[in-house]
Parts: sequence; C-alpha cells; structure tokens
Amino acid sequence: MAATETTPETAPAKSAPAKSAPVKTAAPRRRGERGPLAAFGLHAGLLAATAVALFPPLWLLVTSFKPKSESFSTAVVRDFTVDNYTHVVADTYFLTWLGNSLIVVVGTTLVGVFIAATTGYAISRFRFPGMRPLMWVLLITQMFPMAVLIVPLYNTMASLGLLNQPVGLIITYLTVAVPFCAWMMKGFFDTVPVDIDESGRVDGLTPFGTFWRLILPLARPGLAVTGFYTFVTAWAEVAYATAFMTGEENLTLAGGLQTFVNRYGSDWGSMTAAAVIIAVPAAVVFGFAQRHLVAGLTAGATKA
Amino acid sequence: MAVETTTGSRPAPAAGDGGSTAGPGRGSGGGDADRTGRKSGASGRLGRAVSRYWYAWAMVAPVVGVIGVIVGYPLLRGVYLSLTDADEANVERVIGVNHLPATYKFTGLDNYVSILGDSVFWDRLGWTVVWTAGCVGVTFVLGLTLAVMLNRQVRGRSFYRIGMIVPWGIPAFVSVFAWKMLFNEKNGLLNQVLDGGGIDAVPWLGDPFWAKVAVIAVNVWLGVPFMIVAMLGALQGIPGELYEAAEMDGAGPWQRFRNITLPGLRAVSSTVVLLSTIWTFNMFPVIYLLTRGGPEDSTEILVTYAFRLSFINSPRDFATSAAWGVLILVLLSLFTVVYRRALRRQGEVW
Repeated sequence: MAATETTPETAPAKSAPAKSAPVKTAAPRRRGERGPLAAFGLHAGLLAATAVALFPPLWLLVTSFKPKSESFSTAVVRDFTVDNYTHVVADTYFLTWLGNSLIVVVGTTLVGVFIAATTGYAISRFRFPGMRPLMWVLLITQMFPMAVLIVPLYNTMASLGLLNQPVGLIITYLTVAVPFCAWMMKGFFDTVPVDIDESGRVDGLTPFGTFWRLILPLARPGLAVTGFYTFVTAWAEVAYATAFMTGEENLTLAGGLQTFVNRYGSDWGSMTAAAVIIAVPAAVVFGFAQRHLVAGLTAGATKA
Repeated sequence: MAVETTTGSRPAPAAGDGGSTAGPGRGSGGGDADRTGRKSGASGRLGRAVSRYWYAWAMVAPVVGVIGVIVGYPLLRGVYLSLTDADEANVERVIGVNHLPATYKFTGLDNYVSILGDSVFWDRLGWTVVWTAGCVGVTFVLGLTLAVMLNRQVRGRSFYRIGMIVPWGIPAFVSVFAWKMLFNEKNGLLNQVLDGGGIDAVPWLGDPFWAKVAVIAVNVWLGVPFMIVAMLGALQGIPGELYEAAEMDGAGPWQRFRNITLPGLRAVSSTVVLLSTIWTFNMFPVIYLLTRGGPEDSTEILVTYAFRLSFINSPRDFATSAAWGVLILVLLSLFTVVYRRALRRQGEVW
C-alpha cells in the first residue's frame, strides 16, 4: 500500500525541478517561431505517446485495487480494496519469491561490478597484447543469445546440484552481467581525463594505486549506473529463471508472477497486485538513475 | 596510452593506437611480435612483455577467467551437445542420492541435417525475420520521431520525457502481463472499448494474424523508450550552430533534418539499430509470456522454440535445442558481420 503510492509520486517530483527550465528559456526562442497549429500538433503527438506509454502500467495499478470480481470492469475503482495485496503477501509464496529475487539480483550486481571494474579501466587506458580480442569477447558475449548457453548451463548446473539454488542463477546471470559491466565501465572511465592518471603516475602511484585512489572515486556515478542497470536487467530476466528454478518455493519473481495467470486458472487480481509490488522497486531504482543513464548509455554507444 | 608514458620508447603496440581498421591491424601486430620473439629468444621476449604488461593483464585476469569458465566452457559444451543425441533420459543427472552418468552418444551433424531439412526451422526463421525487422523498424521510426519532437523547446518537456520512459523502468515481464490483461479476448479493455464503438471483438491472442500484431505492438511499446533516450542523447550532441548556419543559407526544416540531423545521428543510430536487432531477435519474454508461441506456433521465434524444445516439450530434447542455439548464434554473427561491412563500405569508422 505504502509502496504502491511511489509510482505516481515519482513522476511529478522528477518533473518539478525541470519545470522552471522552459520558462527561463522561453523568451529567447531562436529558431523559426512555431505557429499555434504546429504547437498544437506537437503537444497532441507528445501527449498521445505519453498516454500510450503510461496507460498499461497505470491500468495495472488501478486494477490491483479492484475486487477480484471486477478485475475487468472498465470503471476506475468503484469499490476500493487492498484485498489483492493482503492475499498476495499473506497467502502465497510471494515474499519467498521476492527474497529469492533479491538474493540473486543483489549478488549478481555486486559480483558483476566488482569483477568487471578493473577490466573496464584496463581496456579504457592501456594498450596491451590481447586487448582487441578481449574487447571483442566482451562485446560479443553480451549479445549471446540465451538459447545457445541455456542448455549446457542447465546440464552443468544439474550435475553440480545447483538447480533451484540462487547461486546457480547468479552464476548464470554473470555470463551477461560481467561483459556488460566491463563494457559499460570502460565507457565511464573514458570520460575521466587521462591527465589524472598521469598526475598520479608522476606522484609515484602504481597503476593499481592510480585506479583505486584516483579513478575509481571519480567514476563512482558510472559504477552506480552500471550496477543499477545490471540490477534492473537481472530483476526482469525470465528465461533462465523459468528454466532453472522450479517448485513454488524456489521461484523468483519472474517465475512466480506466471503462476497467477496460466493454463490452469487466472487470478488477475493477485497478478496485478504482485506486478505492482515487483514494478515499484525497479521503477524507483530506475527513476534515481535515469538522469545518469542517458549520459552513460550514449557514452558507451558512441565510443563503441 | 599510459603504458607509453611509463615505458618510454615502444613503437610497436602504439602503432595500433590511431589505426581505425583496428581488427586486422591488431591481429597482425600480435603475430609480428610472436615471430620476432621466436627469433630473438622467446623467453627473454616473453619476460619483457610480462614485465611491461603484467598489471594490465592482472587487471583483466578476473574477467577473462570468469568468462572462460561460465561462457567459454558452456559454449563449447553446447556445441558438443548439439552433435550428440542428448535428451532428458540420457544426460548426467542426480535423482535423490543416485548419480546417473551420461549415456548419450556422438551423432555428428545429424541434428543439423534434420533441422535444416525440416520446414519448421525455415517457417520460424521467416517469422523471426519479419518480427525483428518489424519491431526494429517501427521502434526506430517512432523513437526518432518522438526524440525529435522532444528535442524542441516545448512546454512540459520533462513531463513528456519521463512519461515516455516509464515503460523502460518497469520489468518487461510485468508490462507483458499488463498487456495480456488489456488484450484479453472476452473481457479485455481493448475489446470492451471496441465494443463500445460497435466493433466486433478482436481475438488479439487467439488468431495467428492478430497475435503477431499484438506481440509486435507490445515489443515496440517496450523498445521505444530506449530508442528515444539514445536518439535524444545523439540529437543533443549535434551542434546548434549547424542549424543556424543552415537556416542562414535558407535551408527549410526538411532539408535541415535530412542534411544535418540524420547524418549527425548516424554513429549512434547504427549502433542502436544493431543492438535492437540482436535484442529483438533474442526477445524471449514478450512472446513466451504473451502467447507462449501460439496460436498454433504462429508467433514462435527461433529462441522461444529452442527453449520449448529443452524445457517445455516432453521428453526434453537437449541436443536439438542446443543445435538450434548454435544456429541462432551463427545467424546473429553473420548478420553482425554483414551489417558492419555495409557500414564500413559507407565510410563509417566503427
């Protein structure tokens, strides 16, 4: 209940500080003045696109507060209820799934960022034999279709007894997270001026010292964005989670949500409530990081 | 670069520094060092290389190790599995306390021959191509249009921007369920709205054609925010003076868009299109969760079918699924190589 209210709040909060910007810049409008018709068209288009973007999640939110019998009514909440939430939290494995997901996702993010940081730095700064192939490997493994790894990983996990274990899923997610983090962080380290390295070198720091004491603190926003993106990606992963985690108490959220609506029955009310609880943390993390994300992703993209 | 600062005169590796045709140049450089190394005593040469580069190698060692173990080994194993007749009944497994060893046999290229000789593969491939091209094309055009609109000085710009990015901030599988609810044939909101307008219910997920439309629509909805963000970043990187100069010279809006905006977006958009193509080609959750590949397999793409072979069908056919996986990888690699060639021929340094 308290958590669900975060979604509508974040949007106005985010737009509030920026709202003053257009007012300030409105006066010296440089390029061709826009006629009223063009302005109307522009706003209509943007408004329509925003509405389409916002409607499905909003409808999910609205539906989650309706009693089960009215899940499909077109009316906005007539009989407000939080029954769906209490049912999901109290009578299903939802909290277990949430715990499993948190373990897997936090584990993946921490290990991924930790392992990949020095590599991102090395390929951003040094030229060394084997660097080009390594960069290729990093780039290519990120794009590996899950279909090519899922069967061998499944069999390996099965023979190691790691199916239905969070550790197994963490290892699996690292196949994507490690190359991604290294690549992303390379982009961030590229934005830190090389002069800083050189001044560190002049002061007698080893390459590791330079990295640890000078560069890493400067690249902290980059680390945060990388970590967050890994978090969101792992939080939303479906295929591996569905294949590797079976049995109701072992599922992660991606698997758990599927149990509400499947061949055997559809409990749309519970599904919407669970979906809202799953979406909120991801959306909040996303909201915090999205400002940096633009810079980070384009830096990674243009310098690829 | 930093290496040069510390080690002083060392021309060989620095040569690749400015080389734009990095791939081949770098490769031959490595071979060069090898050959000269063998001439002048391999151990001394290697020792010098180690003392010069050891910290760079130490820094990348964790990633190299991890990738080797969790990507390299499974990849090789996957290729091997695709050459066997492994299935649920003969792979190594643990049942209770009993540990059963693997008993599958090497069968050579049998799996590939039977896959490529079967229309199932080609049907799926055809739809996968349509799906990928459709999704990427529509997403790109929509994303670019909206980014250009957002890049203007428009009141409430940040509200629009945040609103449009929302679908990206929500886990895809959650959004897919939201859409599934809207698409519901009997009671879904879309059909109720159509009904209000006097239009018959559309079997969104029950009819092959509409199911295809539905999955593409949902995937576009999911993909547009990323496209907007990437394009906005690129648009903001185009210097405003260019537009002013063009306007002085009397260029109209369309000319400015064609001759300044589009070329300015090329570097980013070529990367973004490549990425979205690969993502869409591999997009599992949308199709798996929305239609499960149905109705009658009409929306099944290669990736979801490979998943079905090993995890949904019974008995689970690991070998064939692995072969599908390898084929998917080959197709994607081919696409990437061709795409990059095409870009390079147009003078794109990438």
